[in-house]
Amino acid sequence: MLDVRNLNVWFGHPPERVDAVREVSFQVAEGESFGLVGESGSGKSTILRAITGLVDTWSGQVSVAGETIAGSRRSRAFHKTVQMVFQDPYASLHPRHSIDRVLSETLRLQGMDGIDGRITRLLDSVGLGKGFRFRYPHQLSGGQRQRVAIARALAAEPRLLLLDEPTSALDVSVQAEILNLLADLRREHGLTYVMVSHDLSVVGHMCDRLAVMRGGELVEVMGVADLRAGNAASDYARSLIAASLGYVRDSA
Amino acid sequence: MTTDAPLISVRDLRVSFPTRSGTFEAVRGVSFDLGRERLGVVGESGSGKSMTGRAILGLVRPPGKVTAASMTLDGQSILNLPQRRMRKIRGQRISMVMQDPKFSLNPVMPIGRQIVEAYRQGSNASRADARAKALEMLAAVQIRDPERVFDAYPHEVSGGMGQRIMIAMMLAPDPEVLIADEPTSALDVSVRTEVLNIMDRLVRDRGMGLIFISHDLNLVSQFCDRVLIMYAGRIVEQLDARDLHKARHPYTQGLLNSLPRLDHPVERLAVLQRQESWRDGQTFEGGA
Repeated sequence: MLDVRNLNVWFGHPPERVDAVREVSFQVAEGESFGLVGESGSGKSTILRAITGLVDTWSGQVSVAGETIAGSRRSRAFHKTVQMVFQDPYASLHPRHSIDRVLSETLRLQGMDGIDGRITRLLDSVGLGKGFRFRYPHQLSGGQRQRVAIARALAAEPRLLLLDEPTSALDVSVQAEILNLLADLRREHGLTYVMVSHDLSVVGHMCDRLAVMRGGELVEVMGVADLRAGNAASDYARSLIAASLGYVRDSA
Repeated sequence: MTTDAPLISVRDLRVSFPTRSGTFEAVRGVSFDLGRERLGVVGESGSGKSMTGRAILGLVRPPGKVTAASMTLDGQSILNLPQRRMRKIRGQRISMVMQDPKFSLNPVMPIGRQIVEAYRQGSNASRADARAKALEMLAAVQIRDPERVFDAYPHEVSGGMGQRIMIAMMLAPDPEVLIADEPTSALDVSVRTEVLNIMDRLVRDRGMGLIFISHDLNLVSQFCDRVLIMYAGRIVEQLDARDLHKARHPYTQGLLNSLPRLDHPVERLAVLQRQESWRDGQTFEGGA
């Protein structure tokens, strides 16, 4: 579904050039859920941004559903196949557009017909009733906004969803609702997920395999069973797992 | 770890804001004592946990109103003191560390000068003494090169370092109580452990009282001595941190169950079913 080979992403020009991602390669199979974890600045979100064309300073070979992509231009077919959900549901919805307008605009851009019926179905599928259709973002809670953002991503009937920290701005109880929703949608629509998160337990819950990133480089790719068992090959991944299990009081 | 006389004692604290549709009570009758311990305050956004911290510091701005049966620091009332007297307490005897260092430091002033300024607010120290104190505090929070950081601007340091600098600034006057509002939420896990170690040592070595406000139940159960769980402006349960898994209140249990866990895989996460009765129901104490 997604094949990334020797991906490099950089920002700025020498001497201030920053190499945000260096020689990263990974493959995600159709229907798989793949996690990207690492600390801030490790380049995990940048990979998603390069794939969707939000960054154009990159090199390497990336293909999505058999289509090779380059630069920051993407074909119509690409946007039908790939959609992204962002971290901050407060920032990713236009404050003066009603939910109806957000969704109908997306549907029109995708060249869909029967827009009225589709909006109802989309809202249904993310657990928001018809009553939400003519509301504005400020009338919604964080979890409800993230549901709208997910509905917008689903409007194109994509096969691959790129999820950039979809629940890190939400309370834990709301996070559980959104993660359950994402799991249901993946099963119903046979979606492929690439999920970026700093939270290893969220990735452990949602994904089949994950890549650990550090300083722009891919440290290792492991299965979720290895993550749970703490069987990481590299020291860095092991220490990351240990640190995320919680705080151990130092006895010094 | 709790000693006899509490550092801070709060009885029936209420914080209310007038709105167009009547008065909104953000904190509704909170009572607790803080000793020389790590006290965790946990709850979701809007539960009133941050507002409780701000009320203690006298940081609730009008038209917000703070009332309480009593609120004392070392036996003296600190309820609605005039700003001038509150300023003597805030920063000197009670300090606060906020969530994001980016918004708490002045971006156009070197870090050292900010610490010196904060320190000299409450003491008559000379410039040289204040500088020495600032360097000492930077070293105390494990900053490797205090001289360089002293002259640096906030944008030149990382988030984790910024948070340690905030802690250094807050601790320079040697406060009796530190209120930390989500101090590690913006930090990476590896830096988080370091910042927690620093605060832990301060409680142990200086006998400071720490109010640790957080949404992270796991972290609080591992780091704190005692935990208050807040829901809709009230404390719904209080118990020893190590007994958190024995919590009896359905809200606490629901929160714990909704967390994905590495060591305990589940097919679907449990979703919290909120009950209207939690708003005014009984407060649970101690574990089962």
